[in-house]
Amino acid sequence: MAISVDPPATTREHLAKTGWTYTFLSDPRAEVIRRYDLLHPNAGQTGDIARPAELLVDPTGTVRWRNLTESYWVRARPEAVLEAFDQLTGRRAQEPSFEPEYSRAAVPRCISAASRST
Amino acid sequence: MTRRRNFLPLAGFLICVAAFLAYPLVFARYPVTRDVPWASWLLFVLGLALVAAGLLRAFRRPETFRGRIMGPILGVLSLAVVGFFFLVTEVYSRQLPASAGAPQIGQKAPDFTLPDSQGRPVRLSGLLGAPAGGAAGSGAPGSWVLLVFYRGYW
Repeated sequence: MAISVDPPATTREHLAKTGWTYTFLSDPRAEVIRRYDLLHPNAGQTGDIARPAELLVDPTGTVRWRNLTESYWVRARPEAVLEAFDQLTGRRAQEPSFEPEYSRAAVPRCISAASRST
Repeated sequence: MTRRRNFLPLAGFLICVAAFLAYPLVFARYPVTRDVPWASWLLFVLGLALVAAGLLRAFRRPETFRGRIMGPILGVLSLAVVGFFFLVTEVYSRQLPASAGAPQIGQKAPDFTLPDSQGRPVRLSGLLGAPAGGAAGSGAPGSWVLLVFYRGYW
């Protein structure tokens, strides 16, 4: 589930363009981003944005794995998220056949793997 | 005797510019060339080597090759491109907030409700499975959620 400061209309265009199917949430005033202390002040074109971060939340709402990158060019790879999920749940998530492109194909699969029922 | 044109500094400079542009346009799309930009640096080394070779022959054999004015200019420009690439990929991109207050492993992820791309409100606790088995909201019991925060500006 993605979160950014973009308004829903912008995200809608983005999803139509890319074909991504997972959930994109809009936090235009960065309220949730601020509550998670992931605010990157004045780093966007028009103000505050989120710093890149990935958090894996278990069914009780507890953070079980997270990745706060040190460079915004470097994000968690889907394989890393799936591996963490496998280790935490003690079983294999669905075998994904990742395409090399991180964001286009792999993330939706990693979301679907992570949101499987336990 | 007319001196030969010395194309090496220009070729090296163009390779440096191409290497710079290739990172956001191509290499950053693939984790293997994005996380460690080795492909970019390989191209930069090639570009700078061509510039150096061009400068060497311009100054060592000035009776044969031209380029004693344009060569150094292109050399400085090439170094500037390489330096700017270093700043963008290794310095600016690492100037991220410490986020010391971000939820740690073992802590609860603060609940929230935000609109999705269709404007429908989505609540985190509604997606997670209830521990007792009774599903809250639309989520199936025992569901995990991966939260991915993006810089945005799609």
